[in-house]
Amino acid sequence: MFYREAGQFKSSYKEDQAIFPILQDRIGMGIILLIAFVGIPLFTGDYFIGAIMTPFLILALAAIGLNILTGYAGQISLGTGGFMAVGAFAAYKFATFTFTFGGFEGTMPLVITILLSGVMAALVGIMFGIPSLRIKGFYLAVATLAAQFFIEWVFIKVGWFTNYSPSGVITAPPLIIMGYEFDTAAEKYLFTLTFVAILALAAKNLVRSHIGRGWMAIRDMDIAAEIIGFKPLQTKLSAFAVSSFFCGVAGALWAFVHLGTVEPEAFGINRSFAILFMVIIGGMGSILGSFIGAAFIMLLPIFLNNVPPMIGWNIGVDMVAHLEFMVFGVLIIFFLIVEPHGLARLWTIGKEKLRTWPFPY
Amino acid sequence: MLDFLFFVEVLLSGLLTGALYSLVALGFVLIFKASGVFNFAQGAMMLFAALSLVGVQEMLGVHWTIAFIITVGIMIALAWCVEKFVLGKLVNQEPIILFMATIGVTFFLDGFGQTIWGSDIKILDIGLPNGAFDVGGVFIDQLELVAGLTAGALVIILAIFFNKTKIGRALRAVADDHQAAMSVGISLRYIWIVVWTVAGLVGLVAGIMWGSKLGVQFSLSLIALKALPVLMLGGFTSIPGAIVGGLIIGAGEKLAEIYVGDLVGGAIENWFAYMLAMVFLLFRPQGLFGEKIIERV
Repeated sequence: MFYREAGQFKSSYKEDQAIFPILQDRIGMGIILLIAFVGIPLFTGDYFIGAIMTPFLILALAAIGLNILTGYAGQISLGTGGFMAVGAFAAYKFATFTFTFGGFEGTMPLVITILLSGVMAALVGIMFGIPSLRIKGFYLAVATLAAQFFIEWVFIKVGWFTNYSPSGVITAPPLIIMGYEFDTAAEKYLFTLTFVAILALAAKNLVRSHIGRGWMAIRDMDIAAEIIGFKPLQTKLSAFAVSSFFCGVAGALWAFVHLGTVEPEAFGINRSFAILFMVIIGGMGSILGSFIGAAFIMLLPIFLNNVPPMIGWNIGVDMVAHLEFMVFGVLIIFFLIVEPHGLARLWTIGKEKLRTWPFPY
Repeated sequence: MLDFLFFVEVLLSGLLTGALYSLVALGFVLIFKASGVFNFAQGAMMLFAALSLVGVQEMLGVHWTIAFIITVGIMIALAWCVEKFVLGKLVNQEPIILFMATIGVTFFLDGFGQTIWGSDIKILDIGLPNGAFDVGGVFIDQLELVAGLTAGALVIILAIFFNKTKIGRALRAVADDHQAAMSVGISLRYIWIVVWTVAGLVGLVAGIMWGSKLGVQFSLSLIALKALPVLMLGGFTSIPGAIVGGLIIGAGEKLAEIYVGDLVGGAIENWFAYMLAMVFLLFRPQGLFGEKIIERV
């Protein structure tokens, strides 16, 4: 009844190509942003902001990164954790690097540090993306595991990356922008949210552009895409670069904002799998799906952990862990069977229903 | 001379470890060949089979052969469940969805096995020989030798099964073309149950070998990750490929660790196999013995 596009006429191509063509979508998005930027920091506690919302946003960013590569460009990757690690460690190196410039001495501004770390991750991503020109499908998925294990190993073994810290752990510097320090949970959350919101918008626009259409063409059939004029080299490598950039920024945020202290194991193979889950459960080829998937995969373990004690079922800790594994596996299979195209698809179906509600005929 | 003997010893040990990887990779190949499903759960199936074997043996206090037969029954039941509740519901989905579903199965099996049988490290002892013996100055681990021979025997049995029996022919028909196979009256459901059972049995054998070597514990399911480069190198669809790939990866890994590892700080075993397989694939994208990938528009 309320979700109608009736009467909203588009009189220019620009309006027709708008990112949210329907007024109700624009209002909805505005409300979500208002809640995210104002509501959550004002009305929720530190635990919710620091332990749930911030990691959720960062993982959603990584999921967008992987979604660009897997969902849009069709290249399955299991190396996400590795690219996140590159971002985290590059950010650390940039942040601890002191340079002198015309009498001014200091470290790089924080925002530039994080963006540069994304660029470093993109370069590494391109390097590991080169095999994708020859290797396809599951062979490529296994090949990206090489990136995962190799990168992890490099950060453990090469002392230079951790500034020769004996424990192999890096500690992020305080988050200071223009002399203002972001130190409470809410401030850190807003810092993350700003990054994620801008990058998500960028991703959404990128996949609607010529570049994004190239990725999708390569995904659907790379030979056909090549014939109609998309260069596989540029298209595939740009997908790897953009995807790794997002993952790198997510890794840097994970290290600097969420954890503060990181070891390479934080970006292990399990992280890569978790993010792949987010993409597939959320919906491949959907930016919204990345957020839904991240929320699902983030919240499910928390939920499963709290249910047995809540209903007064007292079982051991390791039993809970095993049951969690089981339920997690079952739910993944369940969602794949119910909606193989991801939760974002349910949202699309819901929107269609909403359009004709309450008189579907 | 001593150096040469040492080299031979490392090489042999690598080859035999490689045979153990092959055992895991075999299960992957069987399922991929017959259903096009990239079965990530092979490692979990191996762990589950080994856990069940030890669990049954402990619980009932019976000889390991009886426990083995019961475990075979469990693996058949598992194959039936996987077909009934997972794959049967996902017919005609994209490969990546099926792949994800098998990851779901992995999680479930890891949790399920440990919920039932507990998560302590168990000792699996079915009387396989242990210790090393000496052949002209080269030490060979007996267990690894047995594993190598078992892998060889399994391949021969599987080859006979695939080429000479009726079910084997049906399996190959399904692998070639699902629809054509169905049109001549082959039940896809039945074939999938058979192939998952066979993969489960291969997993059981692999689980026994690895369990005797390392003890039955959760980390066994991670060995599946080690089998992936083997699979890549040999080709996803080739049984001999799994064996040859395993031998190459096993030997290459050990030799690299000993002769190159020290130069770069050690512990390169984790990624060396993947790099080797990746570089190899650059030149031959379908693996050593994989079917040539033909693409049409």
